[in-house]
Amino acid sequence: MNNNNLKDVYVVDGCRTPFLKHHGRPGPFSASDLAFSAGRALLARQPFNASDLDEVILGCVIPGPSEANIARVVALRLGCGWCMPAWTVQRNCASGMQALDSAALNIAAGRSHLVMAGGTEVMSRAPVQLNHDMLHWMADLRFSKDIKKKLKTIARFRPAFLKPVIALMCGLTDPIVGLNMGETAEVLAHLFEISREDMDAYAVESHRRLAKAQDNGFLEEIEVIYDKEGNYYERDEGLHRDTNPAILARLKPVFDHGVGKITAGNSSQITDGACMLILASKEAVEQYSLPVLGRIIDSNWAALEPSEMGLGPVHAVPPLMKANSLKPEEIDYWEINEAFAAQVLACLRAWENEDYCKNILGLESIFGSIDRERLNVDGGAVSLGHPVGTSGARIVLHLLHVMKRNNARRGVAALCIGGGQGGAMLLERDGEGP
Amino acid sequence: MTDQQFKNWYIVEEQDIYWLYCDKADSSTNVLSESVLTELSTIVKKLSVKQVRGLVLLSAKKSGFIAGADIEEFTSLKSSSAAEQLIRGGQAVLTLLEKLPFPTVSLIHGYCLGGGLELALACRYRVAKDDIHTCLGLPEVKLGIHPGFGGTVRLPRLIGAPQAMDLILTGKTIDAYRAKKIGLIDHLVPDRHLKDMAIKCIADKLPPHKPSAFIQMTNHAFVRPILKAVMTRKTEKKADPHHYPAPYAAINLWSHYGGNPKAMYAEEAKSLAGLITGTTAQNLIRVFFLRDRLKALGKGGTFPVSHVHVIGAGTMGGDIAAWCALQGLKVTLQDITPKSISSAIKRAYALFKQRLKNPRLIRNTMDRLMPDITGTGLSGADVIIEAVFEDTQVKKELFQKIEPLIRQDALLATNTSTIPLEEIAPSLAKPERLVGLHFFNPVAKMPLVEIIAGELTDPAEAAKALSFTGSIDRLPLPVKSSPGFLVNRILMPYLLEAVLMVEEGVAPHVIDRAALEFGMPMGPVLLADTVGLDICLHAAEIMSEKYSVIIPGILEQKVKEGHTGRKSGEGFYRYKNGKHIMPKSSSGLSATGQIEERLILRMVNEAISCLDEGIAEDADLLDAGMVFGTGFAPFRGGILQYCRTEGFENIRERLTSLEEQFGERFHPMQGWETIK
Repeated sequence: MNNNNLKDVYVVDGCRTPFLKHHGRPGPFSASDLAFSAGRALLARQPFNASDLDEVILGCVIPGPSEANIARVVALRLGCGWCMPAWTVQRNCASGMQALDSAALNIAAGRSHLVMAGGTEVMSRAPVQLNHDMLHWMADLRFSKDIKKKLKTIARFRPAFLKPVIALMCGLTDPIVGLNMGETAEVLAHLFEISREDMDAYAVESHRRLAKAQDNGFLEEIEVIYDKEGNYYERDEGLHRDTNPAILARLKPVFDHGVGKITAGNSSQITDGACMLILASKEAVEQYSLPVLGRIIDSNWAALEPSEMGLGPVHAVPPLMKANSLKPEEIDYWEINEAFAAQVLACLRAWENEDYCKNILGLESIFGSIDRERLNVDGGAVSLGHPVGTSGARIVLHLLHVMKRNNARRGVAALCIGGGQGGAMLLERDGEGP
Repeated sequence: MTDQQFKNWYIVEEQDIYWLYCDKADSSTNVLSESVLTELSTIVKKLSVKQVRGLVLLSAKKSGFIAGADIEEFTSLKSSSAAEQLIRGGQAVLTLLEKLPFPTVSLIHGYCLGGGLELALACRYRVAKDDIHTCLGLPEVKLGIHPGFGGTVRLPRLIGAPQAMDLILTGKTIDAYRAKKIGLIDHLVPDRHLKDMAIKCIADKLPPHKPSAFIQMTNHAFVRPILKAVMTRKTEKKADPHHYPAPYAAINLWSHYGGNPKAMYAEEAKSLAGLITGTTAQNLIRVFFLRDRLKALGKGGTFPVSHVHVIGAGTMGGDIAAWCALQGLKVTLQDITPKSISSAIKRAYALFKQRLKNPRLIRNTMDRLMPDITGTGLSGADVIIEAVFEDTQVKKELFQKIEPLIRQDALLATNTSTIPLEEIAPSLAKPERLVGLHFFNPVAKMPLVEIIAGELTDPAEAAKALSFTGSIDRLPLPVKSSPGFLVNRILMPYLLEAVLMVEEGVAPHVIDRAALEFGMPMGPVLLADTVGLDICLHAAEIMSEKYSVIIPGILEQKVKEGHTGRKSGEGFYRYKNGKHIMPKSSSGLSATGQIEERLILRMVNEAISCLDEGIAEDADLLDAGMVFGTGFAPFRGGILQYCRTEGFENIRERLTSLEEQFGERFHPMQGWETIK
């Protein structure tokens, strides 16, 4: 957004729910429940009223059947009032980041001053639908006029009609190239020669970092949530404190059966969660004397072949750097969403690969190496889960907290997007730098 | 016709239909007073000779259709024969209405209760507005009577005996959706179609609701005795026939005369006339007016509240928070750990589910109740209620900590049940802010809130407390600040006497049975176990600082052993899955008479002392406190009303003889000399 007419965009505050593991049955919360819980806690500590917001923007990939335009549902449940405009964005795994980007753009353009934006996803409640054959059969039955025709239709019933359409599986399969997301990770592992040991080691480290972050209270953006049955949730449930390479080595490949490398242990986890942020213009910050967590400087979106969707960040980040005249070493902390351990490793290797950087990315030389000590420092989607519509907002919020903790100046949050895209966001705060 | 002026009715003629509006003079609610009925009689008589397409009966009041009979008039009934005459008169008006030669429709919105519903039943059609405010029912039984304007005749005929008798025997009200489902109303339409539907009923001569053959069978002479047995057994579980004769009278009416409407009308009037002049009904009517009196106390003044912050998510704090959310307020509930808040949220959900039923309303109400570990709600709240552990020091420290965080105009209250305000308030920079808002357990069932103004309390803050309590549909009772205030102070000797008897060797369930037979909602031993023996002991200790309270050794021993009651699985009873286990044999003393006397008279003695000290302003308010705070036998009209019925002198003599037998704790306290 290197345009002098654009206004600064401030991130004031943010909060998220713990990420709840999918236990093979519908979870205790709907997507709007989670976004509401996070949003309610966030708004309660603000000096302004819910109705003072200018708009609410949420990312969500699979809202519940009664949650069409879920942002509006959440806005009204939060007590923003009938007059609160609200809209929902969908860019698959980057929906949460898209919501922040859209909010930031409106603030930069001067159209909004105070926006609640974020993402929510309840993967455990993704709809299970009747298939087409079943629907046709039901329609035929309804339109059969007399008993004879009805009986005839009934006789045509086949057990295969009962096979459900599982929206979650459909959503995780690329409709153009027909590959499951896990298979695209297998493609990357093959391309960049990433071994099973490397992936598993990465996964173990992700869990170790998350455990350390929990123990040190680094995840201060998490708000405890309560269900109706008297349970409460205060931590991300995906963490396995006792995991180690030996345990992970025992897991079977899920996608390329027998010979593949991608397992449940080195992939991100199917989870439910929501993350909400408040973005503000300079005027709003001054009007309400708001604290500032950081600024959103710029974002960039890129796209590539769907079967290599995991390399999205590789394509999205370099133009962002160039536009802001930054080099990778000037970035203090990184978040690259861990869709798959192999996919993050592939991104790092692609940036170190001269051939890829020159021929595919069109750079003059290699992009450079990212210091693993500055990347996903408190774990990532492999250990804490990847509620698809939420992760983009979570990595931005958490990166800001990491930057604050270390008094850092710049950070980049990036993620790969199912369907073959990448998104990256540049953040800044008034820190010293590394 | 339209030119004649009535005080309580007016008529509009439109499209050849008479629209008869009930608009009771000088009142915001329609009730069927004698003058309303007399005028209706005149109107119906005149209408019967008119050539019109139909008559629509509706209300001009916003609050609803007709809320019932004029209960004020019940108190002036001199004899049962006068009452019978009055009832027969009412029945005659409704019979006239029923026999009009053209279709009649009652157009219902809001309250349609008691006599109002009976009036609607006399119409051919009932059309109701589809919204949450519409409510129908025959609540007469709650006043110790049963319907008298043909309700017991027409209702079972319309919707069958099981549904009809359920409404009549429990006095419960139902919403429009349920009423439509059971056939009580013919058509349920949104506001925008109400009048169109009434016109359609008349113009198209729609078939009125007719019960199915199966439902009609329930009124058959062969079926009635069977159903009667079922109904009687069900009713006995809820109301003792000796204390509450009305439901049994209604069952008898239906089972004897269910096949003969003409006789049934006459018997209905006779039975009601007998009930209405009896002590149970008169005492329940007294309780009805006591409720009105407390309600009025909550209506004075305006203190707009939208956000309540409750500190302490224990049983009381959690339930107060849930109640406030149910009443439409935004609530933040603070506690140190998520664990205690989570169980409060679970209880709140159960309450909302039971009360609201509609999933959207339940969700909206849950959304208003926010768990708040960090106390973010403190700074914006209109009312802050402290409900932490009953410990003066803990409370003092808490108030000191929160005082700088809260708004200057917020109401600051403690839910202490025993500690006088003077002991807590000095910890505040502005001690005049603190008031006591003492709720009773369970909050959703016990409507009373004691409002405690300490010596330092600013009267304006106490007035805010009254207004707030009224606004959340609870009954405020101003009491003086002294240990135990009013209700717990009177209850304590009763509980301790029960514990003493356990110590003497009387089985807990024998004691409890005696109390239940007197009409208490729960036996004292079970009550102590439910409240928690540790909490009882603690309260007794606080009260013993000012009053002579003898604490039985067995209570201290139980607490020391960790047998603190229901919550620990064992107190005086043992508990399994939260329910107490009844011993099989009923050993112990059979002299329940003296058990009852010992329990009740200690309460009476303390009540007299409270009245003497002016803890409550007068005897009626004291009675109201005991009925609405503890469920003290409502059919007895209150604890002092009970003495009045028995004779104060008589009770005093019994006290004196108990004193000779059991010692000084039965010595008539100061106050007996002046009581009349």
